[in-house]
Amino acid sequence: MKRAELVQAAAVAAAGAAFAGTSTLAVTQAAFAQSGKKINIGFSAPGANHGWLAAITKNAKAQAAKYPDVELALTEGNSTSAEQIGQIETLINRKVDVLVILPQEGQALTAVATKAMRAGIPVVNLDRIFSSPLAYRTWIGGDNYGMGVSAGNYIGQTLKAGKVVEIAGLDSLELTKQRSAGFADALKGYPGITLVARQAADFTPDTGERVMANVLQAQPHIDAVWNHDDDQGIGVEAAIRNAHRSEFFMVGGAGSKHAMDVIRAGGIIKATVLYSPSMSASAVNLARLIGLGRGLSETVEKAVPSSITLYSAVVTKENVARYADVGF
Amino acid sequence: MSRPIVAAAAPPPLRKRLFAAHNIGLLAAFAAIIVAGSLLSPYFLTASNVLTILTSASVIGVISVGMTFIILAGGIDLSVGAIVALAGVCATTPGAQGLGWLAMTAICTGVAALVGLLNGVLIAYGRMVPFIATLAMLVAARGLAQHISGGVPQTVNDATFNTIGSALVLGVPLPVWVFAAVVVVGWIVLNRTTFGRRTIAIGGNAEASRLAGINVARQTLVLYVISGVCAGIAGVLLTARLTSGSNDVGNLYELDAIAAVIIGGTRLSGGRGTLAGSIVGVLIFTLISNIFVLENLPSDIQSIAKGVIIVAAVLLQGRSASSK
Repeated sequence: MKRAELVQAAAVAAAGAAFAGTSTLAVTQAAFAQSGKKINIGFSAPGANHGWLAAITKNAKAQAAKYPDVELALTEGNSTSAEQIGQIETLINRKVDVLVILPQEGQALTAVATKAMRAGIPVVNLDRIFSSPLAYRTWIGGDNYGMGVSAGNYIGQTLKAGKVVEIAGLDSLELTKQRSAGFADALKGYPGITLVARQAADFTPDTGERVMANVLQAQPHIDAVWNHDDDQGIGVEAAIRNAHRSEFFMVGGAGSKHAMDVIRAGGIIKATVLYSPSMSASAVNLARLIGLGRGLSETVEKAVPSSITLYSAVVTKENVARYADVGF
Repeated sequence: MSRPIVAAAAPPPLRKRLFAAHNIGLLAAFAAIIVAGSLLSPYFLTASNVLTILTSASVIGVISVGMTFIILAGGIDLSVGAIVALAGVCATTPGAQGLGWLAMTAICTGVAALVGLLNGVLIAYGRMVPFIATLAMLVAARGLAQHISGGVPQTVNDATFNTIGSALVLGVPLPVWVFAAVVVVGWIVLNRTTFGRRTIAIGGNAEASRLAGINVARQTLVLYVISGVCAGIAGVLLTARLTSGSNDVGNLYELDAIAAVIIGGTRLSGGRGTLAGSIVGVLIFTLISNIFVLENLPSDIQSIAKGVIIVAAVLLQGRSASSK
């Protein structure tokens, strides 16, 4: 924000304060002051070795800081399920009001989440789902199958016919299979399109480069590439640049800041399908509403829904400005 | 005083080494993979694919040169992959990028050398087992890389630095030249200097080497610095190639390098092996990856093939060792 804008914003805030009582912000703040209730939210996510995970933790912190009635107890740096179970047990012992958990593995963390629920602590399950509905009050997460569908439809509608390459993430993960299934199903609607190569690149930039460099050798002509993950996409992009290839366009996955910058500048990436880490901010909001015993204001229900699946939007040059703030 | 050991450890003539049973097996496997590749894919034996293979091999290749020295001396360095990540991240912070490409290169190799030095001190003077010391370093260096970068890849804006990863010299990418240069220097040091003979001597029998007057601790220290520097050079190549530094690169490079050195005929307990074997080992793994991607085969089959090759090579090695 520029200095002039800051001054303007301050002036608007001052004017708002003068008419306090009419602004909704002031009303809600007054309500907090009356109830005086503080919501303690415990947050546990895997260690941030990947840009997406780093953004998950950062967004949760930033969102919690927006509410004067929320206190966030954050545990970081776990790299195994066993470590994360230990951290969650600590949060249960600290008697937090609500837990937000993005598990290392849903299956392995189900028992400790169930234990929290039985102890009367509602659990907001973020993204990777627990294996039993008894383990969470609400699930919020991305749509891996839908991500593949969004990418497939975008490429299908743009190309109508041609050769497509898919650079997947880590093949041993269920989410990679779901993304690929969605992509393949969407492409079935466009008979002119053939998937000429599919390779897994393990979600890291160096493997992305190595795999794409080899794929480019086998494919003298490509029309489009879908890459599942924008972090590994840095390597995919580097391989394309080093091979001096430009006959095709690339669609990214997840929605990194870098990918959005390239889309805006009109580079090789023409679109990216979101799997946005903004979901952790939404999870903090849901945890707060559950703690306060409220529903979602845009539904008429009295309580927060038990499941929310996020939509994998396609970010292109036309709408990138709208999504810039969720780029990580 | 060290003469008898040095004489005993001096490598046999080149002809004899090339025709050793194990090397014949290795070269036959190498040739078979090349024949298979050219039969399977029309794109395999093209100039551009060969250069792609060599460029892909250069990062692990440079690391394997350092790893060959370490394993020959009876050690192990599990921290090389983490060093690649840490050095790349340190060299691409906004502060480092402000200093220009030469400083970025110096920071990358310098940080790696420092980590290697720390490994060496812990092992040579702290009497730590190399496996444990470098395992601890692997974990700590990755953590530090993540801490510095915040888990987010750092884009390199210095065009000159990025050229290191992509420039063509006489039609061949610069990383391949760097790889070749490191191999040549490594070969000379290992085969034509006292330092090289001492390395093999302490791997063969550290206690006897010490009694023969070799400063084993100092030799060990320098070896881990060399391994660190090799990882740092690999870090420069990789960072320039990706035009970004990330804490999430270099995963399992230590195992790739160790596997290449072992299938190349170097004994894991040290004292015997060749640098040329390690390089053929690196090329075999790179060729396999290349052929599998050219044929669009899934990654699980690729992993199985790599495992089978390691087992076959080591079995062959055992046979050639027992037949002597």
